[in-house]
Amino acid sequence: MPKLIRNGRVVDDNAEILVLDETQAPEALNLPEGPVFVPLAVWQAHKGVLSGRPSLGVWLDSHEGVEDLAGDLDSLQAIALNFPKFTDGRAYSGAALLRSRYGFKGEIRAIGDVLRDQFFFMQRCGFDAIQPKAGKYSDAQLEEALASLQDFSTPYQAAIDQPEPLFRRAARAA
Amino acid sequence: MYRYDSYDQKIVDERVAQFRDQTRRYLAGELTDDEFRPLRLQNGLYIQRHAPMLRVAVPYGLLASRQIRTLANIARTHDKGYAHVTTRQNFQFNWPELKVVPEILAELAQVEMHAIQTSGACIRNITSDPFAGVAGDEYIDPRPWCEVLRQWSTFHPEFAFLPRKFKIAVNGAHQDRAVIQCHDIGLELKRDAAGEIGFRVLVGGGLGRTPIIGEEISDFVPWQHIITYCEAILRVYNRYGRRDNLYKARIKILVKALGIAEFKRQVEEEWTFGKNGPNTLTEAEVARVAAHFTTPAYTQLPGDDAGYAAQRAANPAFAAWAKRNVLAHKVPGYAVVVLSLKDPKRAPGDITDAQLDLVADLADAYSFGEIRATHEQNLVLADVQQSDLFAVWEKARAAGLATPTFGLLNDMICCPGGDFCALANAKSIPIANAIQERFDDLDYLYDIGDLELNISGCMNSCGHHHVGHIGILGVDKNGSEWYQVSLGGSQGNSTSIGKVIGRSFAAAEMPDVISKVIDVYRAQRQEGERFIETVRRIGLDPFKIGVYGDAAIIERKQNA
Repeated sequence: MPKLIRNGRVVDDNAEILVLDETQAPEALNLPEGPVFVPLAVWQAHKGVLSGRPSLGVWLDSHEGVEDLAGDLDSLQAIALNFPKFTDGRAYSGAALLRSRYGFKGEIRAIGDVLRDQFFFMQRCGFDAIQPKAGKYSDAQLEEALASLQDFSTPYQAAIDQPEPLFRRAARAA
Repeated sequence: MYRYDSYDQKIVDERVAQFRDQTRRYLAGELTDDEFRPLRLQNGLYIQRHAPMLRVAVPYGLLASRQIRTLANIARTHDKGYAHVTTRQNFQFNWPELKVVPEILAELAQVEMHAIQTSGACIRNITSDPFAGVAGDEYIDPRPWCEVLRQWSTFHPEFAFLPRKFKIAVNGAHQDRAVIQCHDIGLELKRDAAGEIGFRVLVGGGLGRTPIIGEEISDFVPWQHIITYCEAILRVYNRYGRRDNLYKARIKILVKALGIAEFKRQVEEEWTFGKNGPNTLTEAEVARVAAHFTTPAYTQLPGDDAGYAAQRAANPAFAAWAKRNVLAHKVPGYAVVVLSLKDPKRAPGDITDAQLDLVADLADAYSFGEIRATHEQNLVLADVQQSDLFAVWEKARAAGLATPTFGLLNDMICCPGGDFCALANAKSIPIANAIQERFDDLDYLYDIGDLELNISGCMNSCGHHHVGHIGILGVDKNGSEWYQVSLGGSQGNSTSIGKVIGRSFAAAEMPDVISKVIDVYRAQRQEGERFIETVRRIGLDPFKIGVYGDAAIIERKQNA
């Protein structure tokens, strides 16, 4: 079964990320059985039908704003944010906004070009599920990669995982 | 200066461990070139023509003598015996081997140094006034604010993969010596009517391919809110800056596309959410950081030193150096010394391991153990007693660090260029040296007076050619190296972007071209008029005629 990192541990996960190719219109709903993340366009076309479905998430590409889901958060258990390339950093802001401004409590999953050397930043911005591409890491490598979540023990600035900056958290001697 | 506490130390130590493991995985084939590239860049490591180049961060240009000695040791042990001072007040090594870079970082960490975010699409080293704390025209010391911003920007998780690099500069004096108008964010410290400290905030300035002068986004952000305000700017940029075209990815392009009014509206809307949040600065934190930047234990002196005046009167060479390279200090009896890295026999900004050790010794003996790096690629001893100046000069001169040309044509800013840099279109160091050789007569240089000549080997503009009074840009034409000349650029309070005078030149022509430009200036200048003032008064045409001849100008006018 495919694996991902959730709350700092490697776990099995069988959710499918539904990707439409050019020939598939979002209006033609043809969902697989089981847990699935649908693209924003599919969600917007079928919100009414999909809202009650268990194990349903929506995934956003990096150019899509989390604002588009602001009114729907109560209906969603999970949101995945795509990194088309690991150097495209927009999803960091997206995750931080979902957690802070919109108060989203469900799962925020990093998908796409997800590499261990960015795990630390992802975790800090509010991603609680991190899913490298299938085949990117062996099971053993993924276990090893957990270490990257601990790259830095005491960051300076406030972020989602640590909402107070160091200067409010610690009494630093002059 | 700022000293690390256990938290700061732990962060750089953990960075060393992290990069050691990343390098190991890269060398073992577990990280691809594409995956490793941003990681090494965010650690200042480029792959260059000959070897990796390592850029070491010097936050706001401030160094302690023990740090200089460590840089000397790295130059000696892992490089070819020299280092290079960059135009962002950092240090570069041109020859380290990739596999020893983790060792170099470990050595740096022992003296509270690192290479974090000295390259890559992230918030870079924060730059400032090299005369901070000692300049007479300073009204607020920028250094504590730089340090507060350094800590905030270090490994900021949301802004590690911006569309492009992001540079912040801070100035707190009447004269802008930090080029704040040419930064992604330029911060000018100021006080409001009630005397409260805050910042005038400029945004969207930058050099590079598309030079743009920053625009004011806020005339006053109170100090408590400067981090949240910067975060709002960064978040808007991270989300909406262009990522489809490397050349249009800087924040200046976004600001121009939206217009400053709309960009400001978006930033201030974003700011309503972050303002007053946890990142709001506290008085305690600012006081903690500011306590590191105390006034040194100056000796109370009656005023100007009589011996210093006598030494100048007796020794013309010392007097020449004192006139150019010694600057006024706000404390009576003290002076600021510029140690020139513009010896014509060396590449501008280069310094050997032995010279570094000497600089550290001079700092310990005469300047409270501190050194500053300037973006004009010199070093500064900021707190020297006037009575020690002669001794400092003799030692500096013996080591080739007393070229008496600070602020003159030969004190050029110059990037490493095609001799070292893989990005360059053309060499820049030989052009600098050829011009220095042409203008080797000191009396002639002094007659020309204040003149900033800046050379970049490519459009990335590391040599700040856009803001040079004379700017030289290396360009590639069908595989050969050519040089474009611009005039009228300026840094500081009246920042301006220079204009290209016409067709470009071969390397061998360059000394003649500069001579012709200088001839026009000397023929046209009015009493006491500096080069840049003459250019502004008479415009480019007389210079074009002087360089290209009448025919070229007439032809251009007919074609216009």
